[in-house]
Amino acid sequence: MIRVQDLTKTYGEQRAIDAISFEIEAGEILGFLGPNGAGKTTTMKIITCFMPATSGKVEIDGLDVFDHSLEIRRKIGYLPETTPLYPEMNVTEYLGFIQVLRKMPQSRRRSRLQEMVELCGLGEVMHKDIGELSKGYRQRVGLAQAIIHDPEILILDEPTIGLDPNQVVEIRQLISTLGERKTLILCTHILSEVEAACNRVLIINRGKIVADGTPQTLRAGLHGKQRLLVQIRAAADPAAVTRKLGDLPGAEIAARPAMEAGVVGAEITSNKDQDLREQVFRLVADAGWVLLEMRREIQSLEDVFRDLTRAA
Amino acid sequence: MLTNTWAFTRRELKVYFNSPIAYIIIVLALVISGWLFFLDFFLAGQTTLRPLLTGWLPMVFLVFVPAITMRLIAEEKKSGTVELLVTLPVTDWEIVLGKYLASLALLGVTIVLTFSYIITVSLLGDPDGGAIFGQYAGLFLLGATYLAIGLFASGITANQIVAFLVAIVIIAAFFLVDKFTPFFPGPLASVLEFLGVNYHFENMARGVIDSRDLLYYLSMIFLFLFLAVRALESRKWK
Repeated sequence: MIRVQDLTKTYGEQRAIDAISFEIEAGEILGFLGPNGAGKTTTMKIITCFMPATSGKVEIDGLDVFDHSLEIRRKIGYLPETTPLYPEMNVTEYLGFIQVLRKMPQSRRRSRLQEMVELCGLGEVMHKDIGELSKGYRQRVGLAQAIIHDPEILILDEPTIGLDPNQVVEIRQLISTLGERKTLILCTHILSEVEAACNRVLIINRGKIVADGTPQTLRAGLHGKQRLLVQIRAAADPAAVTRKLGDLPGAEIAARPAMEAGVVGAEITSNKDQDLREQVFRLVADAGWVLLEMRREIQSLEDVFRDLTRAA
Repeated sequence: MLTNTWAFTRRELKVYFNSPIAYIIIVLALVISGWLFFLDFFLAGQTTLRPLLTGWLPMVFLVFVPAITMRLIAEEKKSGTVELLVTLPVTDWEIVLGKYLASLALLGVTIVLTFSYIITVSLLGDPDGGAIFGQYAGLFLLGATYLAIGLFASGITANQIVAFLVAIVIIAAFFLVDKFTPFFPGPLASVLEFLGVNYHFENMARGVIDSRDLLYYLSMIFLFLFLAVRALESRKWK
């Protein structure tokens, strides 16, 4: 549905995005993930026809976004990072203004506005000036603006930025509901957002795509490590604990704060397919120590993200 | 095309009239020009609107018009709403034209409000109707040209103050250019005179409506609206 080919955008000397290519199928919910300044917003601005690429092209349903700009813009609903609203208009006026520009037939406007108000929870603020609204409500008005014409493609750029945790949950639920029926691109630097809503993740860093897959495959990716966090009571010889654990094949030991006196805390890192739990247990039992706690952590998407986007 | 343009015009008019901006600007323009006009109206003893329509109002417009236009595009750039506008299925011309028509309406209202002076002078004497019509037509076209310049100035910056000042500078250049003709050789002088707004305005103010003057104003308006569209499009320049 959306095809991005060798897309490059330079601002002066700086390359914001560097020959990126990807495709998005209809119905996918794509999480476009990257640290701040990685090129997410630039890519979105090109897809939405705000500005052209320096080179490369974007096609939607086979139409070039630059040559068929107006047609493409009709298909897309876009919530930019800045949440563009007119503070002096009230919510109804604003959405009405968008409806006119979206060429919605007069007969459907009122009922559609009502749907938006219900879907986005705007009932209480319908007649308030946008300038008076809280950040959460403003974001919802922005979302309503993006979906009011029922677009095939929905692009949301950092939709939950600046919201409090409750509002974040609400907006995320709204996004999940919307994603059931649309092709959706969600730009964010917040990982839990992607894990919660997306069925595909693209990670972009310094203008290049560094990972592409479902959240599950990424998590289980090549970089996979697992970690055991242990607390061991070894009254006699605490130093021996780290030493003996280090002798386990494929284990890397790092000290961790102990919870109480006479206890050793450690973090044992091994490859993802190498489960050391049993060996650790036996080692501890044979040495006559006591295993107070053992917890396994498999690499989270967060680790993948940090691995991939760390400054080289 | 028309529905979109009209949607922008309506929105801008609402912004103007729902806030004190329009009222303050209009009242100031009328009070200042009216006061200057009546300072020596009774001393001169002539029932004519000429000093007002060809002297004071064009001068007041020099500041009045940029004050109307400065926010039109600059504010959208500043607040980021320009990103919304240009990603909606509307053309840049529709945006510029819609905003221009709104500012034109505001100018129209201001000019219509000075019609009361026609009644005043008619009661006091017997003014030349043809001249007054020409002066009003000229004044409207002059203002319309200034508005196009102001809209362009608003399009090149995200800062309203900059837009205001740039508009004043460009308008002043066209307003004053024919004052410098004595310093230039003949052919160049007449070119300068033709470029300036006053030359054409003077023709109309005498009650002579010549297609060349109309063409001058219309091409100035078109030129600056075109430049405003280009300024809005500048995001697309590679």
